[in-house]
Amino acid sequence: MKRDTRLAWINGLLLPLLNVLTAFAATAVLFLLIGVNPLEAAETLLYGAFGYSEGIGYTFYYTTNFIFTGLAVAVAFHAGLFNIGGEGQAYIGGLGAGLAVFMLFPELSPWLMIPASVLGAMLFGGAWASVPGYLQAYRGSHIVITTIMFNFLAATLMVYLLVKVLREPGQMTPQTVLFPDNAWLPFVHDILPAFGLEMERSPLNLSILLAVFMCFLVWFFLWHTRLGYAIRVTGLNPHAAVYGGINQKKIIVVAMCISGALAGLVGINELIGYHHRIIMNFHLGYGFGGIAVALMGRNHPFGIVIAALLFGTLYQGGAELAFEWSNISRDIVVVMQGLVILFCGALEYMYKPTLIRWLAPVQEVRS
Amino acid sequence: MKNTLISKTIKGVSLAIATSALSLSAMAADIKPAVVYSDAGKFDKSFSEAVWNNGVKRFMDETGIEVKEAEPTNLAQVEQYLKRLAKRGHSPIVAVGFSQTNAVLAAAQEYPDTQFTLLDGWAPEPNVQNVGFKEHEGSFLVGVLAAMKSESGVLGFVGGMDIPLISAFGCGYEQGAKYQNADIKVIQNMTGSTPAAFGNPSKGAELTRSQMESGADVIFAAAGGTGTGVYQAAADAGKYAIGVDSNQNHLHPGTMLTSMVKRVGEATYLSYTSAMEDNWQAGPVTLGLAEGGVDWALDEHNRPLITSQMEARVNDIKAKIIAGDIVVHDYRTDNACTY
Repeated sequence: MKRDTRLAWINGLLLPLLNVLTAFAATAVLFLLIGVNPLEAAETLLYGAFGYSEGIGYTFYYTTNFIFTGLAVAVAFHAGLFNIGGEGQAYIGGLGAGLAVFMLFPELSPWLMIPASVLGAMLFGGAWASVPGYLQAYRGSHIVITTIMFNFLAATLMVYLLVKVLREPGQMTPQTVLFPDNAWLPFVHDILPAFGLEMERSPLNLSILLAVFMCFLVWFFLWHTRLGYAIRVTGLNPHAAVYGGINQKKIIVVAMCISGALAGLVGINELIGYHHRIIMNFHLGYGFGGIAVALMGRNHPFGIVIAALLFGTLYQGGAELAFEWSNISRDIVVVMQGLVILFCGALEYMYKPTLIRWLAPVQEVRS
Repeated sequence: MKNTLISKTIKGVSLAIATSALSLSAMAADIKPAVVYSDAGKFDKSFSEAVWNNGVKRFMDETGIEVKEAEPTNLAQVEQYLKRLAKRGHSPIVAVGFSQTNAVLAAAQEYPDTQFTLLDGWAPEPNVQNVGFKEHEGSFLVGVLAAMKSESGVLGFVGGMDIPLISAFGCGYEQGAKYQNADIKVIQNMTGSTPAAFGNPSKGAELTRSQMESGADVIFAAAGGTGTGVYQAAADAGKYAIGVDSNQNHLHPGTMLTSMVKRVGEATYLSYTSAMEDNWQAGPVTLGLAEGGVDWALDEHNRPLITSQMEARVNDIKAKIIAGDIVVHDYRTDNACTY
């Protein structure tokens, strides 16, 4: 019993922390090699991400996207599925959100319009993910292959729609007309003054509340409902699931639908919350980033929030670094993010044997 | 400890800003120019690099004025950078590429006293100069050259991302080729439907090889960084290729027939110099053959490939387009290649 809690502590907290620190150490070496003082660079990064209200806004705006895709990857992962189609599901989710807005009456109250667009995003994202889910469950096509192929299908479909069908007349850029303003999710910098707080303009919008709400929902769903239990059993031991009377095929499709629906919410943060029209490529990077976020967050909503915040910080702070330092190009920032993914994802258990030997040695003797 | 570091950094940064500001005011009219590159990156061997080479770098070398550069990785960053630059008093700010349109709109509304120059996009604000290019005219010319050079009667076109802008290149090319030889066949392929299609040389080479298998012997690439794969594949097979945006004739002398140059760098340079001379103007600026905004490239690298007959013919057609005797259809006006 004692060993279990100790291992959970090592797995859940110490290991991710050490991994992140290793990644930072490697980044510091890299900075030294290109002649940048790592401490000063860290100052710039942290100041950029948290030093002023606009930066904070951007950080949390990126974080919101990563929470959605991180949750999406996590739900699929609990069912034993590796959903790497978050990109496509987010893209199509945005289409669903936008179409909901365009199909409804323009004079509809925002209280109905915005939930409708959220529903549209989840429906489209979920439907998009259900096809690979179905193919995996009933036809044995591997989910990794099909979801990544669906990313390309999504990109092609969106370009077709934005160029040929939905494009704003007279505009060169493939994008739709602006949404009517009853479909705009309020910006945080517009809301805060009502509470006597001031904030510079940033893309941060109320989607972040939706993200937090979704974290609770996913946590409750996975650990406190029957369906959530069935998903986890399917992931942990498919044979036990079958033996326990769980319809594994159905669970795979359902888990993929939920996963896609969560990824689709990126469309809410990006389109309903910020761009206010359907544009191209608003989703780029978040679907794949979500994989790293879920891995680092140990597929738990709480961990995902922390990991998403780390990625949001790296995105915004990294942008600040590339902007302020002439010898740090944006590619170095990508390398930095890559190092975090490398140490937290690919090498996540590197320290585990050592840590167990140091911190929980008694139990090894016992077993 | 931490505080001293922070203040040290801030001091360092403000010192850097102060010194750069000093060197500005030492030079002519006090402008603080800036540029935000496209999200394909500054060194894409093509579009953004032309802005750097022929615009930003040239301006810095000639005037000694520092141009603040920013390389965004996503769309939210584009707006962030544009606003940040405006906030710090930079003007004019050149925004590279159509994908920055919305960001320029937002930034221009928030900073009405800042001059923005948008390349390839359309942001109708009183403080935005919208620079557009008649890519179809330049593509028409290289189409004529390709049709004259082709022995098989089949031409190839490899586009980058499947968007109207790129189709305009392909459509102009096809019109030029058909104008020269009504029976000629033009095979057109797009590399993809994401921005990655502008940076995928191996896919470009693959498309080129399949076009050559179908008989194409001159291939025009309008695909940014993807083009390098197209030129390599053509050179390997001993067929001809046509470059784009920058003058790319030097890449494979002997097989690079010509390049359809789009003078984005010059547009950038002009934007800065006109601001220095205080005659920068907002509104639409369309640069076609007449304005020298697009052209075909002839230099020592492709001189042996262009016969005097070809040169005379293409220059004659160029004059006719400028005079309005030949009207090249722009794909973007009706989303169709009808002519």
